[in-house]
Amino acid sequence: MNNNRIILAAALAAAAAGTANAASRDYISVVGSSTVYPFATVVAENFGKTTAFKTPKIESTGSGGGLKLFCAGVGVEHPDITNASRRIKSSEVENCAKNGVNEIVEVKIGYDGIVLANSKAAEPMKLSRRDVFLALAKQVPNTQGGGELVDNPYKTWKEVNPALPAIEIEVLGPPPTSGTRDAFVELAMEGGCKTFDFIKAMKKQDKKSYKRVCHTVREDGAFIEAGENDNLIVQKLEANPKALGIFGFSFLDQNADKVQGSLVDGVEPTFEAIADGSYPVSRPLYFYVKKAHVGKIPGISEYLAEFTSDKAWGDEGYLVDKGMIPMPNQERNQFAADVKNLNPLRLN
Amino acid sequence: MSKMHLDPQRTIERVNATLGRRYRKEQRFRRFGLGAVALGLLFVALMFLNIIGTGYSAFQQTRVLLDINYSEEMIDPEGTRDPAILSSANYAGVIKQALRDRFPGVTSRGDKRELYTLVSSGAALILRQQVMENPGLIGTRASVWVPADDDIDMLVKGHIDRAVPESERRVKDQMVAWVESLEVEGRVAKVFNTTFLTSGDSREPELAGIGGAVMGSLYTLIVTLLLSFPIGVATAVYLEEFAPRNRWTDLVEVNINNLAAVPSIVFGLLGLAVFINFFGLPRSAPLVGGMVLTLMTLPTIIIASRAALKAVPPSIREAALGVGASRMQTVFHHVLPLAMPGMLTGTIIGMAQALGESAPLLMIGMVAFIVDIPGGALDPSTVLPVQIFLWADSPERGFVEKTSAAIMVLLGFLILMNVLAVILRKRFERRW
Repeated sequence: MNNNRIILAAALAAAAAGTANAASRDYISVVGSSTVYPFATVVAENFGKTTAFKTPKIESTGSGGGLKLFCAGVGVEHPDITNASRRIKSSEVENCAKNGVNEIVEVKIGYDGIVLANSKAAEPMKLSRRDVFLALAKQVPNTQGGGELVDNPYKTWKEVNPALPAIEIEVLGPPPTSGTRDAFVELAMEGGCKTFDFIKAMKKQDKKSYKRVCHTVREDGAFIEAGENDNLIVQKLEANPKALGIFGFSFLDQNADKVQGSLVDGVEPTFEAIADGSYPVSRPLYFYVKKAHVGKIPGISEYLAEFTSDKAWGDEGYLVDKGMIPMPNQERNQFAADVKNLNPLRLN
Repeated sequence: MSKMHLDPQRTIERVNATLGRRYRKEQRFRRFGLGAVALGLLFVALMFLNIIGTGYSAFQQTRVLLDINYSEEMIDPEGTRDPAILSSANYAGVIKQALRDRFPGVTSRGDKRELYTLVSSGAALILRQQVMENPGLIGTRASVWVPADDDIDMLVKGHIDRAVPESERRVKDQMVAWVESLEVEGRVAKVFNTTFLTSGDSREPELAGIGGAVMGSLYTLIVTLLLSFPIGVATAVYLEEFAPRNRWTDLVEVNINNLAAVPSIVFGLLGLAVFINFFGLPRSAPLVGGMVLTLMTLPTIIIASRAALKAVPPSIREAALGVGASRMQTVFHHVLPLAMPGMLTGTIIGMAQALGESAPLLMIGMVAFIVDIPGGALDPSTVLPVQIFLWADSPERGFVEKTSAAIMVLLGFLILMNVLAVILRKRFERRW
C-alpha cells in the first residue's frame, strides 16, 4: 500500500510538471542533422551571448530523425527548427501537413564538402568518381564489357585504374545511418556509376535496380564502417597510411597537419574549389523553420536574423572559421530575403 | 572388493607416478589465473595512462596579458553609465584595440584578422563582466589576463608542432612569432582552468566547461534517487516480508531479475513512448532522464535490498513478534534498520551505474548542445557521459584533451561513489 501511494504521488507529480511545461517554453528547440550541428551550435551560442534570449537547445538526431520530430505537430512540445544535410522530401512535407505543420520556411545555409583523405605519410591519391565507384561498389561491370555485372573483383587501386598505386583498397567510412554516407553514395558513387552507359540507360527503365547498383557499397571488407565519429577515422588514417577515409571538409580543415584530401576528378578539396562548385562531392546544408511557432516562442526571428547575418554566414563570418563553405553572394541575399519575409517552402 | 586389498607399495608407486603431473597442472592453472589478473590490471593501467596522459593538460588554460584601455569613448561615449549601454558596448573592439597597440606593425586587413584570433572571443565577456561590476573602471587602464584562442592554447601546450610546414598547421608563422614575442615578455602563462569546471558547454574549446553537465547529472541523479530508493525498498520489503508465496509473486520475482538484464536503450525507448509522448513531459529534461534511469536502476536496488533483508536472521523477527510487536512494527523497528546498510550500498551502486549511463538518454533528447547551466529538473540539460560523447565528435583539436579530462572527472565521481559504498558496508554491516 505504501508503494502504491508513492507511485501515485510520482505519477501526479509527473503529470503536474507536464502540464506546467506544456503552457510555455522560453527557449528555441532545434533538432536535426549531425553535419549541421557544429554550425548551428556556434550560431546558437553567439545568439545566446549577444541577446537577452536564452541559448537555443540543439539536439543532434540526424536529418531524417529531426524531420520526423519536426513534423510531429505544432505546439511547444514540438521542435521549432530542424537542421538537415539534404533537402526535405515530398513525403516528409506530406507527413508534416498531415500533422498540421503547413508552413515551413526553408533556409539553405551553405555547402559542405565530403573528402576522401589519407595520411600525410602517403602520396595524395588522384581519383575519379569512376575509380571510386569501381573500388567501392558491391557489383561492378565486368572488364570484358557487354553490360554484365559481377561481384567486385578489385583488390588493389592499381587494378581499378593502372595510374593508381598498387596498394590494397581500404576505405574507412560512416555507417548507412549517416547523412555523410548518403551524400557520398549519391554524389561520388552514383557520379561514377553513371559513366557506364548501360547503367545510365537502366535509370529510365528500372530505377530500383539502378539505385541498387549505384548505391550499394561492397561488404567484403574493403569498405570499413568506422562509426559516426570522424575524429576516430582521422586517428585510424594516421596509424595506417594505406587507408583512405571519408568525412566532412571541416575535419580535413582542422587536421590538415595529419591528413590530406584526395583529388577527385582532378580537383583538390579546397575551400575555394568547394565554394565555386568545381569539387564534385559537395552538398548543400539546410534548416527548416516552423512558421506557426514564429512569434509564439521568443527569439525565433532574432535567431534567424543572427544565422543569416553576414558576420555568421558571410564570406568572412564565424561559420566559415568552423569549416562551412558559404553560398555565393547572390544566393545568400536571396535566402536572407526569403527568411526575412518568412516565405514558405514550395517544392517544385 | 578385491581392489581394496592392493599391495600398499604398488598404490604409492601409482600415486607417485602421477603426482608430478598433477602438481604441474596446478602450477599451470595458477599461472593462468595470475596471467589473467595481470592482463586485466594492465588494460586498466593502460586506460588510465592514456586518459590521464591526454586529459591532464585540459586542467590548465593558456592566458595572455593584455594592456586594456577602458576608454570612455568606446564603452560609454555619452557618459550615462546606463547598465543597458554598458552591457551592449563593443568590448570586442576594446580587445582588438589592445592587440593593435601591442603589435603596431600589423596594418593589413588580413593580418589584423589573424591578430584578433590570438585571444578567445570570451575575452570580451570578461571585460564586460568587469565593467558591469565596477563601472569606475571606465577611463582607466589595466593589465588583464584573458584566455587565449584554442589554437594558441594548443600551440603553447605543444600539441601543434612548430616544426611542420606552415601550410599544414592551423597556426601561421606570423602568429607563432607573435606568441613567441609575448612569451619572451612573460605575457603568456598557463593557469588552472576554472572555466573548465564551472562553465557550460561551448563550441569554443577554451570556453567549454563541464559545469552544465555536472549540474545536469546531479539533477538527474536526485530525481533517480528520490524515485528509485523508496519504490525499490518498498518493493523489496513487501516481497520479502509480506507477500504470500504463490505463482504471482514468483512471476514478479522472475520478471524483476529479468529486468536487470534488459539493455538500457530499451528503457530509453520506453521513456520516450510513455513519459514524453504519452504524458507530454519536456524533452531533454533531467526529470525525464531521472525517471528513465529509475526504471534502469530499480532492479539493482530491489535485488540488493532483498538480499539485505534476507541476511537479517529470523530470530530478530521472531523475538519482536514474541514480545507482541505487529508485523509492520517488526519490519520498521527491527528488520529495516538492520538491513539499511546493505540497501544503501545497493542504491549507491545503482546510482553509480545511472551516472555512467548515456544510451537511454539518447532517446529522450539529452544529447543536445546546451550552453546555459540548468537551474532545475525541468530545464534542458545534458549529463556527463553525453558531454563526453559530444566532445569526442567535435572537429576542433582543443576538444581532444577536454574529452579525456571530462572522462577523468566522471571516473572520479564513480570511484568516489564506489568508495562510499565500500565504507558504508565496512562500517555498518553486521554479521551474525
